[in-house]
Amino acid sequence: MTALPSPKDEMWRYADRTALAEVWDALSPPEMLQIAAHNEVQQIWQPSGEEIEIRRATITLEKGARLSLYALNSASRYGRIELDVKLHEGADFAFDAANIGGGSATLEIVTTVRHVEPAANSRQSVRTVLGGTATGSYAGQVAVARDAQHTTSEQDIKAMLLDRGATANAKPELEIYADDVACAHGATVGELDPVQLYYAAMRGLPPEEAKALLLEGFVGGLWDALGPDSPISVEAREQLRAMTR
Amino acid sequence: MLKIENLHVAVGDKPILKGLDLEVPAGEVHAIMGPNGAGKSTLAHALGGRPGYDVTDGSVAFAGEDLFDMEPHERAANGLFLGFQYPVEIPGVSMLQFLRESLNAQRRTRGEEDLSGAEFIKLARGQAEALGLPADMLKRPVNVGFSGGEKKRAEMVQMGIMDPKFAVLDETDSGLDIDALKAVGEGINRIMRAQNKGVLLITHYQRLLNYVKPDKVHILVAGRIVKTGGPELALELEEEGYAEVMA
Repeated sequence: MTALPSPKDEMWRYADRTALAEVWDALSPPEMLQIAAHNEVQQIWQPSGEEIEIRRATITLEKGARLSLYALNSASRYGRIELDVKLHEGADFAFDAANIGGGSATLEIVTTVRHVEPAANSRQSVRTVLGGTATGSYAGQVAVARDAQHTTSEQDIKAMLLDRGATANAKPELEIYADDVACAHGATVGELDPVQLYYAAMRGLPPEEAKALLLEGFVGGLWDALGPDSPISVEAREQLRAMTR
Repeated sequence: MLKIENLHVAVGDKPILKGLDLEVPAGEVHAIMGPNGAGKSTLAHALGGRPGYDVTDGSVAFAGEDLFDMEPHERAANGLFLGFQYPVEIPGVSMLQFLRESLNAQRRTRGEEDLSGAEFIKLARGQAEALGLPADMLKRPVNVGFSGGEKKRAEMVQMGIMDPKFAVLDETDSGLDIDALKAVGEGINRIMRAQNKGVLLITHYQRLLNYVKPDKVHILVAGRIVKTGGPELALELEEEGYAEVMA
């Protein structure tokens, strides 16, 4: 295996290097996922329960192919999801993911989305909830090639910090060489809204239940398409409840 | 049922309520009227226990207990309902989930069993229908995308579901058209007009009082109740304004 990536490498800047060093030699190369023209695929990535978990994929969507990828990144020590996605003409990529962690966890989602041909769509929604001294990051690059006219892309990145010691990093990036495209990105970092908490208290919810409910609302929209009882939603809900207790 | 004595409340460093006395016995509806900045909403939020509203003196007894000994969620579980002037939006949480969890949290605080999903849905649908709010709206996120009138109707649906002992309604009539005003007024009467319940209506205008006839009207100016009378006092105010009535 090659040497550890340098901390100057933007894609590895926020990694937990100690944890990374422990697993680096055994790390599998990224899984390859190729979706044939006009095929439609859904994938759900749930955490394995390992304290260090790195999941990487190199994905190609052929003409008119569609991929919906749902992911929960919540390893207790170091969790990383890394995607390199190439979109051919008219392909559609939707990524809905959450970083959820407390303690001293380091969680990161790192994506590169390449629009190499016209009229493809990509949409990424990432919600991060952090407690303790956890760090959660999103670094996402969208690259639109010269020929990729009529590209639409969106990066919607939001983080919520529950404790003063927690840190969120958000770095959506656009590199556009075509002139007729619609690419949007936004990033916010915030705290639970005291007015919402008060409203919930006035309806009878004790503070910890009110917090859990608001956090569920913050994250929950990601997986609406899967339904409230999908395993990924249930697992995220349990983790959020554990963080507010 | 609600007895407020010498209440002083500051928001930040600024004293807003300066020795307010008020008693609402069970079975009565009282209205509080007053000019902008008199402290009407401050009174509502002090009763609710909103962070940042500091009670610096005085006491409030609610159903014989010290209100300020209770956390906000305990006040709710003990039967206090606060209708918000600006109902709060909670994206991502459906009204049904919010209300079911809230009601069951109240029940648990009181040592009662949770309501089942089916029982809750039946209750919620019934209350929505009674207020003329399409039951499907309860599947939407809390107050998100609701019009002003829908938000206020939804507050009354919430009140119907919680079935409180005492309601403090902070400008529940503001921003309502005639139909919504009538629906909200009827809702207050249906849910809260009972021998063992009480209501404190905070309002700028007399018009809600056409539908909900108050037993007493209090005028709040500069943090104190300066005049108390019957329903006719509201009419006088409407015609003559605060300056005349106070003179």
